[in-house]
Amino acid sequence: MERNIKKTDGRQKQLIVAFHKALKSFISALPTITGVVLLIGLFKTFITPKMITSVFTGEPFKDTVLGSLFGSILTGNPITSYIIGGELLKDGVSLFAVTAFIVAWVTVGIFQLPAEALFLGKKFALIRNILSFVLAIVVAVATVLTLEVIII
Amino acid sequence: MKEKNGDKTLKYSLYFLSSIVLLYVFLFLLTPRKIYHSLQIALHIFIQIIPVIIAVITLMGISNYFLKPKTVTKYLGKESGVRGWVLAICFGILSHGSIYVWYPLLKELYRHGIRTGLIAAFLYNRAVKIPLIPLMIFYFGIPFVVILTIYTIVASVVEGKVLEGINHLSPVIEE
Repeated sequence: MERNIKKTDGRQKQLIVAFHKALKSFISALPTITGVVLLIGLFKTFITPKMITSVFTGEPFKDTVLGSLFGSILTGNPITSYIIGGELLKDGVSLFAVTAFIVAWVTVGIFQLPAEALFLGKKFALIRNILSFVLAIVVAVATVLTLEVIII
Repeated sequence: MKEKNGDKTLKYSLYFLSSIVLLYVFLFLLTPRKIYHSLQIALHIFIQIIPVIIAVITLMGISNYFLKPKTVTKYLGKESGVRGWVLAICFGILSHGSIYVWYPLLKELYRHGIRTGLIAAFLYNRAVKIPLIPLMIFYFGIPFVVILTIYTIVASVVEGKVLEGINHLSPVIEE
């Protein structure tokens, strides 16, 4: 009986220690998270969807790279990327560029880079974001080409 | 050593936040209205991510309690094989909220022995948003969404494998 009580006490203590450790770890992350959120606030105020649309040139390859670039820089809820993507398509921007844009929007994070580097290391954050930027272009080309083959 | 790492993270976190606050102060002097609007947006984002923050802290607590390095190594470590990739892909797809909220948990998992490639695969698969699929279909159609989802999952594995290849030559994550 006494042994069981001791065992339960031990587990409770371990649980408290586990959550205390988690909370402590998160508190040290809080300034970075706050900084990133403030940065996004600034960005959303100063950059409008119209500004983004005006950047595309009409050349499919150049626009695909631009799409990935803007998707990497821009941030926020993916819903916004679908809405902007839909508007870009209406304005005649190629599906290659729009696809690269919506993929890079969620896979590359320039604004989140300081936070990612802080927790997972500069090298990891840089290589992962560069790879994601390139892969956004590859995924866009592969998706649109496959779609064209299927539709034809 | 771990304590020192935690202090270093907090120190750099505070430097980062201070520089953003200074930027806000500087811009406030130029365009107070726009900065007020930026603050409102930031506050709105904060309110939105609170449930995710609570979920992440809970997950971190649970993982600290249940996940011993041996368990993480078994399911997500070097010997995890295809099962590890499948788990990372599924967790990535199912995870919610802003990406930066997940970094502390991923760091904890790394300390417990998760493979570098699986961290990358997890982060990449956050591009697949199940709740947003109907909206994506509305804008781009079913065939586009299906093909894009498949290629996104494939790309996540490619990215993970490349990162692991680089990691094999020289570690990409510093302790």
